[in-house]
Amino acid sequence: MMKFTLAWLKEHLDTDRPLGELADKLTMIGLEVERIEDKAKALAPFVIARVIEAKQHPNADRLRVCMVDTGDGTPIQVVCGAPNARTGMKSVFAPPGAFIPGKNITLGVGKIRDVESRGMLVSEFELQLSDNHDGIIDLPDDAPVGEPYARYAEFDDPVIEINLTPNRSDATGVHGVARDLAAADMGKFKDALIKPVKGEFPCPVAVTIESPELCPAFGLRLVRGVKNGPSPDWLQKRLTAIGLRPINALVDITNFITYDRGRPLHVFDAAKVRGDLTVRRARAGETLLALDGKAYTLDDKICVIADDQGVESLSGIMGGEASGCSPDTTDVLIESALWQPLNIAQTGRKLGINSDARYRFERGVDPAFMLPGLELATRMVMELCGGTPSEVTVAGSVEAPESVIDFPLSELERLAGLDLPLNEMRRVLERLGFFVAGQGESVKIAPPSWRPDVQGKADVVEEVVRIVGVDRVPPTPFPRGDAPRKPVLTPIQLRTRKAKRALAARNLMEAVTWSFIAAEQAERFGGGKAELKLANPIAADLSDMRPSLIPGLVAAVQKNADRGFPDTGLFEVGQVFRGDQPADQLTAAAGIRRALAKPSGLGRHWQKRDGEVDAFDTKADALTVLVAAGAPPSALQVVPGGPAWLHPGRSGTIQIGPQNVLGYFGELHPSTLEALDADGPLVGFEVILERIPEPKAKGTRAKPALELSPFQPVERDFAFVVERSVKAADLVRAAQSADRKLITAVTVFDLYEGKGIEPGRKSIAIAVTIQPRDKTMTDAEIEALAGKIVAEVRKRTGGVLRA
Amino acid sequence: MTDTAQLEQDILAAIAAAGDEAALESARVAALGKSGSVTALLKTLGALPPEERKIQGPAINGLKDRVTAALAARREAFKDAALAARLNTESVDVTLPVREAPTDIGRVHPITQVTDELTAIFADMGFAVAEGPDIETDDYNFTKLNFPPDHPAREMHDTFFFNPKPDGSRLLLRTHTSPVQVRTMLSQKPPIRVIIPGRTYRCDSDQTHTPMFHQVEGLVIDKRSHLGHLKWILEEFCKAFFEVDRVGMRFRPSFFPFTEPSLEVDIQCRRDKGEIRFGEGNDWLEILGCGMVHPNVLKNCGLDPDEYQGFAWGMGIDRIAMLKYGMPDLRPFFEADMRWLNHYGFRPLDFPTLAGGLSP
Repeated sequence: MMKFTLAWLKEHLDTDRPLGELADKLTMIGLEVERIEDKAKALAPFVIARVIEAKQHPNADRLRVCMVDTGDGTPIQVVCGAPNARTGMKSVFAPPGAFIPGKNITLGVGKIRDVESRGMLVSEFELQLSDNHDGIIDLPDDAPVGEPYARYAEFDDPVIEINLTPNRSDATGVHGVARDLAAADMGKFKDALIKPVKGEFPCPVAVTIESPELCPAFGLRLVRGVKNGPSPDWLQKRLTAIGLRPINALVDITNFITYDRGRPLHVFDAAKVRGDLTVRRARAGETLLALDGKAYTLDDKICVIADDQGVESLSGIMGGEASGCSPDTTDVLIESALWQPLNIAQTGRKLGINSDARYRFERGVDPAFMLPGLELATRMVMELCGGTPSEVTVAGSVEAPESVIDFPLSELERLAGLDLPLNEMRRVLERLGFFVAGQGESVKIAPPSWRPDVQGKADVVEEVVRIVGVDRVPPTPFPRGDAPRKPVLTPIQLRTRKAKRALAARNLMEAVTWSFIAAEQAERFGGGKAELKLANPIAADLSDMRPSLIPGLVAAVQKNADRGFPDTGLFEVGQVFRGDQPADQLTAAAGIRRALAKPSGLGRHWQKRDGEVDAFDTKADALTVLVAAGAPPSALQVVPGGPAWLHPGRSGTIQIGPQNVLGYFGELHPSTLEALDADGPLVGFEVILERIPEPKAKGTRAKPALELSPFQPVERDFAFVVERSVKAADLVRAAQSADRKLITAVTVFDLYEGKGIEPGRKSIAIAVTIQPRDKTMTDAEIEALAGKIVAEVRKRTGGVLRA
Repeated sequence: MTDTAQLEQDILAAIAAAGDEAALESARVAALGKSGSVTALLKTLGALPPEERKIQGPAINGLKDRVTAALAARREAFKDAALAARLNTESVDVTLPVREAPTDIGRVHPITQVTDELTAIFADMGFAVAEGPDIETDDYNFTKLNFPPDHPAREMHDTFFFNPKPDGSRLLLRTHTSPVQVRTMLSQKPPIRVIIPGRTYRCDSDQTHTPMFHQVEGLVIDKRSHLGHLKWILEEFCKAFFEVDRVGMRFRPSFFPFTEPSLEVDIQCRRDKGEIRFGEGNDWLEILGCGMVHPNVLKNCGLDPDEYQGFAWGMGIDRIAMLKYGMPDLRPFFEADMRWLNHYGFRPLDFPTLAGGLSP
């Protein structure tokens, strides 16, 4: 947004430093150079040439064969297709090997329709100087043959583009940039006083400010009898160099001062203004055709300048077409005003106008320069267009808030770790335009009117540090001090970290999916609350904060399947949202397995031990992650069934008592797959890490003593036939209850339905481990315990020993 | 040849000729059985005169021992042959592939890995890890951080908003991790040393921007920490993170509403055919923003800026992951493409530690 040329800068800075050094310094004092455009470099191969003779091409009607004098004595033959190529003209020649920017080619020697061509005569378009490709460049007769075109056309002035931070309104003008460079020892600042122009008659147009809260001050002056027209070459070149289109002298002057001084102005054609000017809020529904050719509908939040006909200008943003200056303008009203920055920002955003004026006014212009800016503009108008100036009329008042900062000298070292003598600090600040008063431990500092961003001690520290250079601040070791060597992660951070590694260790891959999903998916997974809908989603299907990680993972797994990777297992550990308050944000761990993505391996394998993924694979994932994250394994209960997005008969709920549900696992419901546009088989789980109970704090890290029994354990197998509906967990629990002391483990080692078992029943085989406690058990004692086990199982599950 | 010698020859020949266990058993019975030839010879010993017995005794007993040994050796040979035959039938094709270990297949995302790296580095310097909610108030995300209402700096943030509440307030998705600075200062007494990793959101999407990304922020508040400490910490961090002995860094003045002075930090690097090397070269790459916490922010968080001071910095986790591990694009971070995760992800057991090295 802030652009200028090197020559332009040198009008405000007396320096002989090379461009590279100036650019580096700009960056290092906070005016980051984004780009340096050096046309002279790109145009170096192109020289001025004379067409000695242009003849008709023997084989093509539209082509001419030209003999060209490029200044080195030997005429060169060039085939040219331009309609304006003619004998005796001066143009620009590109030798073989030159890169033609407009065509993006490097020129070679070639034959065109059997006639050799050793170079090219180029158009402005081909050099990317303009859109003009009607013909080759036609130079005046006095253009010196052989001279580099860039030098002749004065394109050898590099353009510097600064990425300006929003606080530096003073650097929206070349003048302010030069001041900073001078403060940083890059040259001498040229800061000549602008002498007021004496008005020769009272300004005939009066100004009334109806909305002083939006416009603190407004200066206006008429210049009568001007001759408008194209501005002089030097001015046009300046504007063109930074990408502005020259319009006419009066408009070009305002654009020039905008960039030269960071002072936007407006010029009205006085003949088109009816009556006096009023600064007021627009009335709802008023419209303005602005200078960009667009019509804007206004409201009462927008500040305008109006005359008897209505709105003529959008204050501080853009003028109106109707009262704009044209080549025929003879009387011009020059406006220099102050606008409320916030209002300018709001209006600009509302109307979608990014103008150079808005850019400066919303950052805050120098109020003290309102009138000098008007004087400078008057001078330039008189210089370029003649005319007789009126006196200046001012409405409102230019009051720069006087702020004085009490600055203890120790502040620089306190905040920046930099020890600098007062005279060095003073020199930097004074060159930046600050007043520094006093000598002792503390001085008084008054920032200049163009630095509204400097308000306190820290701002002064920044000014000094940025100009003397951050390099001067010595890196200072930052010891731990007495920070204790304690773990720094919170319980949930630790759980998250362990959960991720545990799931990856079960051959799943970690995905990171969007925190927002489509509304209908959110609803299907228990979300969709109004408070979790974005007002401005980036896409219609990314509108709701996710209640679950499952939809995102299913979509990702499906996308992989569509790409040719059907056997994918993904997991994510991340935030889910139950409401819009901080406590409603929970950390979920979820995983999806598809097709042959088994925990034992992905895809088909010759050992054929596994089929497709099933509910038990994802159950194992869920239990693993919970235990890894700190859940007590023996406390976790699994009960059949889960939420509606899971298969009702192939899903389970993991809980610690019915009050604390940790999560769910199972096969995805066919209708879920349909809704998510996915195909299965697909299994998945989701658990909430916050639901894991905090372990009891222990006084010692030591583990309880290990008790080793001197007696060998005994293992007994039983096969029970039970109703199909009997849960294996109930049978195991029944067997265990036969003797809680002696029975240390019960495992299910076989499950059978089919031939030999009545329909509707199943056989469950368990192995019971019996650990004798204080003596070896006799056969009779073991038999007695076995009988008790059978009795308990029968009592609690109706199971009988399989015959 | 004596009879005994002849007998021995015959017996050993019979043992050698035995083709199976049965033939060997008949040879044993024929020699050592109740009416076997050697047994018969042994029986003659008792009738011999003592002188003769002294000679014949050892000879016949020697014969018996040699026959017994020959039988045992022959039996051993049969067993070896039988085992060899069995093993021959039991052979498997060991070139058949086995399943890859789950720990070789599973991956953690680069964002997770880099966050763990950051945690290791800063925990060593005495920093704790703080977190906050993704859904924030305008007050914490902007106002308390010294963004004046409607300031142009707010516009640069491309904020996602929720719908206004009946009271006119509206929540938003945090545009940076800095609101957690506010939460930390409001809930904790200095000295404060935290890093704050987390998800952040801006409604911006193109080749280099995604609507969701990750930041890590650092915050130090006490009564003495200044810009020099900040420079040192960031230099130490860059050396540790990029795993180089020295690193060129450039601190440029910049602007953020919540710090004063504000700086942007570039790191020296060399770019070569898509590869970036740190600690050498002539290029500068911007990696983070930082500064002294703005007095207004301290005040807004209930701290007296004349008593307390400190600094903060922030950078993109995704971005530094790309710089360190060479991912060319940001967008695939959030696309969960198996191939990308497999290539750029990290094995679950490759846990970054300062002792063992951050990167595997």
